[in-house]
Amino acid sequence: MRRIGAALLLLGAAPAPGVRSDLLMATDAPKLADYGLFDAAGRPAQGVQPYTLNTPLFSDHAEKFRFAWLPPGTNAEYRPSGALAFPVGTVLVKRFAFPADLRQPMQNVRPIETRLLIRRPAGWVALSYVEQDGGAVLKRAGVKVPVEFIDKAGRAQAIDYAVPNQNQCKTCHQDGEAITPIGPTAGNLNGSLHGTGPNQLMTWATSGRLAGLPADGWPRLARWDNAAEPLNARARAYLAVNCGHCHSRGGFASNSGLYLVPEEVTPAHLGVLKRPVAAGRGSGGHEFSILPGQPDKSILLHRMIASEPGIMMPQFGRALAHEEGNALIRKWIAAMPDPADSAPAAAAAP
Amino acid sequence: MRMALLIALLASSSLAQAKMIHVGPGGNAQEKLQTALIEAQPGDTVHIAAGRYALADGLSLDVDGVTVKGDGPDKTILDFTAQKVAGEGLLITSDNVVVRDLGIENAAGNGVKSKGSDGIALVNLRVEWTGGPKSTNGAYGLYPVSSKNVLIDRSVVKGASDAGIYVGQSQNIIVRNSRAEMNVAGIEIENSYDADVVGNTATNNAGGILVFDLPDLPQQGGRNVRLTNNQVIDNNHANFAAPGNIVAGVPSGTGIMVMANANVMVSGNHVMGNNGSAVMVVAYTQAFTDKAYNPLPRAVAIAGNHFMNNGKSPSFAGGKEIAAAMGGTLPPVMWDGVTRYTVPGGGEKSADGGIASDAPGITLNLGLQGTSPAQAKPAPLTPTKLAADRPAIVLPAALEARAK
Repeated sequence: MRRIGAALLLLGAAPAPGVRSDLLMATDAPKLADYGLFDAAGRPAQGVQPYTLNTPLFSDHAEKFRFAWLPPGTNAEYRPSGALAFPVGTVLVKRFAFPADLRQPMQNVRPIETRLLIRRPAGWVALSYVEQDGGAVLKRAGVKVPVEFIDKAGRAQAIDYAVPNQNQCKTCHQDGEAITPIGPTAGNLNGSLHGTGPNQLMTWATSGRLAGLPADGWPRLARWDNAAEPLNARARAYLAVNCGHCHSRGGFASNSGLYLVPEEVTPAHLGVLKRPVAAGRGSGGHEFSILPGQPDKSILLHRMIASEPGIMMPQFGRALAHEEGNALIRKWIAAMPDPADSAPAAAAAP
Repeated sequence: MRMALLIALLASSSLAQAKMIHVGPGGNAQEKLQTALIEAQPGDTVHIAAGRYALADGLSLDVDGVTVKGDGPDKTILDFTAQKVAGEGLLITSDNVVVRDLGIENAAGNGVKSKGSDGIALVNLRVEWTGGPKSTNGAYGLYPVSSKNVLIDRSVVKGASDAGIYVGQSQNIIVRNSRAEMNVAGIEIENSYDADVVGNTATNNAGGILVFDLPDLPQQGGRNVRLTNNQVIDNNHANFAAPGNIVAGVPSGTGIMVMANANVMVSGNHVMGNNGSAVMVVAYTQAFTDKAYNPLPRAVAIAGNHFMNNGKSPSFAGGKEIAAAMGGTLPPVMWDGVTRYTVPGGGEKSADGGIASDAPGITLNLGLQGTSPAQAKPAPLTPTKLAADRPAIVLPAALEARAK
């Protein structure tokens, strides 16, 4: 397939569509096709480069395909934490699709939506395009899409997949007043594309798309599903990606005092023996976000398992509980030493 | 000529006439309302006509300067009974927003929340869980957090499983002329600075009005809160909060409770028929690891209140014994007498001048923060003559004008 495409390109018979940077900068196009990021068969245009993350956000088991397009001659700047600093003109693309059967993820894949983060001069803009007959169209107010698939355990699942509205995009992607990318951090890109081949940071740097990459000392987010990596690193990576976008000092959940970003080191801010603030019934009757050694008495896991609004975390972006992810967090909390062995120096509770 | 036209266009767009966007009841309420809230421009009013709007998802507004207006709290009803997604009914994340004249029913989480708003007025709203008080109801009715210049006026909240009206980590706040009933806490001001709670009615909650400060939060050191001319009546409802939450520890029968705040003035309130303490002033009771946190109440002044028929049947541990020792009822004011705390990591700090009251009171003389109430050494508080007052909180005139 790739060879045929390359041959066509060489012959000039079917030139790849060009990315319409002028439109990307100026307008919220009504149709995804207007931007020329993909051809009619869904192949990325020249310069629209795929990337993968060590640990992705759970989105009801959707398969996600990520691409970055940087204007020719520009590059991102390395940052040790947070997203890389992308230049004006950048488009980050995430395509969501569901295979009919998760056990055969490359067959009968149904595209659902394509999300764009566009770096305009005034800042990032988030747009979502929903697949319809005749191509993907812009939906600002969100929409529910009924989706059915067979999960990895062979069970039939039927969900109302929720395409986020424009405000929900910002809720997750906010840093203070601004919108920011979440996924492409140095730590989460620090691995191979699709798990094989050269390191993506190195690929980006050698192709001139990433400047300032230090010779060594790159941060790395673990692969949450790689059992060969340390449990703590896997759990922290999972929490960083699935929770840390809101649960950070500049995020939507800043007021909670629960901060799950990779850099956080204070036990109370990570939830250890932290009492709820505004959890309401989300506390599930538990006293602490994390009670070490006691996953079933930890609010954090309780809210990850829940699928009921007002309790569940994240508050949107999933309809299903992520059993594998929850199992990881359960194991992580269970492995924490009992606080009775290392009680914090503080006054005794009455 | 072309330049003149351009200038005219620029002028007209920058001075664009504020417009009214009308939304009416009927099919597709979710998309119609959310689209209106996304497409509104600064200065616009989104008018939601009378009717019942069945919503399966939360609504949100992220445009500055917008007014969202219904036809009345019993006429325009946002009905979240079938809500499947989102942590609140209506979420505001922009500045200078007025939400008014609406009913919000049965939100899965919080009723109306603002996060990070500078200028938020919630006026003539009704937030209600219509199945009565239940632990499965949403946490907060009206919930401005991390906000500044906050007004809550002429609103009613019923049935919240945490606080009916809750202002958290905010600054420059007025809560007035509102009513909170059948919530766990009626009105709660938490980790906030510069608040007036004036002319409200808190009745039939587990606790009427709370002023709290908690550790490990971006904004703490709650201070300068005045509770004045409120009716705090018969707050004897069972506490139905989910365990683990701080309000789950509020004893049923509490009128006013001040915890770990500085410069709190309780004046001119009518506090009646609360079976526990009319006014309870306490330190944070739990262990904490936050070195920056001060768990003590400081400079709490209680003056010129009208107390009647409180303290007959306190529900907190040891309360009945204390009441018996005082001749059958608690005096209006109870202070835990905690004046010292251990700073996490070492050292001890103390604060004198915990409270001053012109009404009879009792101190439990607990001394060190974290001491069990079982070790109380109750003693009368000597009433002090007080003329407690300070300037009223003032909000931006433009916000007040829009909230009229």
